[in-house]
Amino acid sequence: MYQYDEQDHKLIRERVAQFRGQTERYLAGELSEEQFLPLRLQNGLYIQRLAPMLRIAVPYGLLNSTQVRRLAHITRKYDKGYAHFTTRQNVQLNWPNLEDVPDILAELAEVEMHAVQTSGNCIRNTTTDQFAGVARDELVDPRPYCELIRQWSTFHPEFAFLPRKFKIAVCGAAEDRAAIRAHDIGVQIVQNRQGETGFQVFVGGGLGRTPIIGVAIRDFLPEVHLLSYLEAIVRVYNQLGRRDNKFKARIKILVKALGAEEFARRVEAEWEQIKDGADELPPEAIEWSKRFFPQPAYKSVNGGHAEAVLRDQAGSDKAFSRWLERNTFPHRIPGYQAVTLSTKPTGIPPGDVTDRQLEAIAYLADEFSFGEVRVTHEQNVVLADVEQERLYELWQAARKHGFATPNIGTLTDMICCPGGDYCSLANAKSIPVAEAIQRKFDDLDYLYDLGDLHLNISGCMNACGHHHIGHIGILGVDKKGEEFYQIQLGGSANEKASLGTVLGPSFSRDQMPDTIGKILDVFVENRQPEELFIDTYNRIGLQPFKERVYAKAS
Amino acid sequence: MPKPAKKPVGAQPENPARLIVDGAVVANQWNLLSLDEEAEISAASLAPGKVILPLSVWLELRNELQARRGEIGVWLDSDETADLIGDYAGELPLIAAHFPLFTDGRAFTAGRLLRSRYGFTGELRAVGSFMRDQLTYLKRCGFNAFAYQGEQGLEGLLDSLQDFTDSYQSAVDQPLPIYRRRSLAG
Repeated sequence: MYQYDEQDHKLIRERVAQFRGQTERYLAGELSEEQFLPLRLQNGLYIQRLAPMLRIAVPYGLLNSTQVRRLAHITRKYDKGYAHFTTRQNVQLNWPNLEDVPDILAELAEVEMHAVQTSGNCIRNTTTDQFAGVARDELVDPRPYCELIRQWSTFHPEFAFLPRKFKIAVCGAAEDRAAIRAHDIGVQIVQNRQGETGFQVFVGGGLGRTPIIGVAIRDFLPEVHLLSYLEAIVRVYNQLGRRDNKFKARIKILVKALGAEEFARRVEAEWEQIKDGADELPPEAIEWSKRFFPQPAYKSVNGGHAEAVLRDQAGSDKAFSRWLERNTFPHRIPGYQAVTLSTKPTGIPPGDVTDRQLEAIAYLADEFSFGEVRVTHEQNVVLADVEQERLYELWQAARKHGFATPNIGTLTDMICCPGGDYCSLANAKSIPVAEAIQRKFDDLDYLYDLGDLHLNISGCMNACGHHHIGHIGILGVDKKGEEFYQIQLGGSANEKASLGTVLGPSFSRDQMPDTIGKILDVFVENRQPEELFIDTYNRIGLQPFKERVYAKAS
Repeated sequence: MPKPAKKPVGAQPENPARLIVDGAVVANQWNLLSLDEEAEISAASLAPGKVILPLSVWLELRNELQARRGEIGVWLDSDETADLIGDYAGELPLIAAHFPLFTDGRAFTAGRLLRSRYGFTGELRAVGSFMRDQLTYLKRCGFNAFAYQGEQGLEGLLDSLQDFTDSYQSAVDQPLPIYRRRSLAG
């Protein structure tokens, strides 16, 4: 994990002091609401429906147990004793007092945390694969590049007032677990025939009211040029992106308007001018960044023996076996496995954890995974380096704290925005819909039979719940003051990313569980053995689902 | 081309009596002429003294004004990019960049390119509706002069130039990104 040095500490301290001054000026009436807005947003502070909301940065999703404990303390001292993991791998507090925010930031700074650029029209927290560094299908660990991007983008003087927010994601594995094609810039680590590391660069992806899958504008960018190429993209965008209409201000609109080829030509022209400049990443710089992500002190384990023990334990305990099947992930080191702690038992808003649970996470990380924790964009928590021999013990401990719901990757492991219960933008509530669906589909055997199935819920078209890229996407809409829900099918976020198609007219909240049931029935009746929902959908299309769902009762 | 962005809504830049230059409050010696569609500015009609012309006017009169080179500056509106001045930047004593709204961040790029690409060494002045809280970013993009509009206690704003005393990435004020200063030093 990246370790601050004196310069990092100083910069973050200066940021806290700056924001304290800004908050005081705002409270004293010296800064208008309009002037304070971008300043507070770049410090993660929203004014929401019920209270301010503070979004705390978790660079590329990585936390240590000390930081998690501090988060627990902060939720207790300044909030209502719980926090929320977001789809951006960040953490949100829902009830802080505006006046306390400078103190919260000061407390965070003590443990090398902050809320820098978690909102506002600037380059946001860079995100990545939650299994970075441990996944078997990984080509190169993306985290050192993420850290270099973090440094390049933090307080970037030229890009702090972009036309709109700007999100970058990096993936280093064969399977895209970072949804890079749904980001303003997606960076896929690749190797060329000579075995040199480089990047395939996607631009112009994004959700919201104009969802677009990003397009590749470069197939191989040598790693030495990563930062200058990013700088060229953002510079072209800063100069040409629309500023007259916030709904048309994202880079995806510019890329679409210019055409990807013309956009790429402009980027290349800009990049030619700066590529050999100060932002080059010489091998020493990359090596330096890699030093912050060393391999933990893994034990040398007889992998065959560990797996055999695990098989025995799974054989004699069905509940453990289920959890093992769904909530753990293969590890590149023999004798180890990565574990996902589910934050989605039925009836709890996805991603919400209490202060005690945060402390439990810190304890589990210290006890089982070298003191390190990752936040996933599906709003769960990962312990990446668990000995197989200790999985049974970890499972029991996780169960005690409510983290062992064996539903990862299934229908009930849904992505869900806070919706109308908290968010002032929302048109409809989303949490109760998630809960109603979780209640209806509580039969684990049925869920497992359905296989991997992503259901994503957003309470408005801003799409924080990523409904466009859910296999089943649900969008809350407002009709004359009443909440309705539109269903989309066929979205996906991985390397074969696609946007969902609207099924048809929307439904009331009461109708949602049954309607989802009908959709699943069509899938089950049409699927070939072991086929996943998305594959069946791609094979049979929307029509059979539509017919069933909208069939008149005869 | 994308649909051209409409001119942002915002006031035209003004001529404050005092401004910040190189970290000190000084009297404004330049007269910024704003773009008024009714007014026709010609080389002959231009009053004597230091004048800042709108880009379009300057581009038209540049040759006629060669004799007054040291006292003719130019200002860029936010939708005018630095390459429109390009290498002419080297002959100008002053370039101003306009912030019609403080949220319109195009002038940051303009400043940076004028300094780092087009060899501009004169006074780079922010004009319009920028904020005190943007001073360190402006400074890092090469601005050394700040002409606030309206009544401001300018002396009280000087501290904000020091909001950040170090930086991560390269910019006009710091040629090396922090990873080079750290990793290559040790």
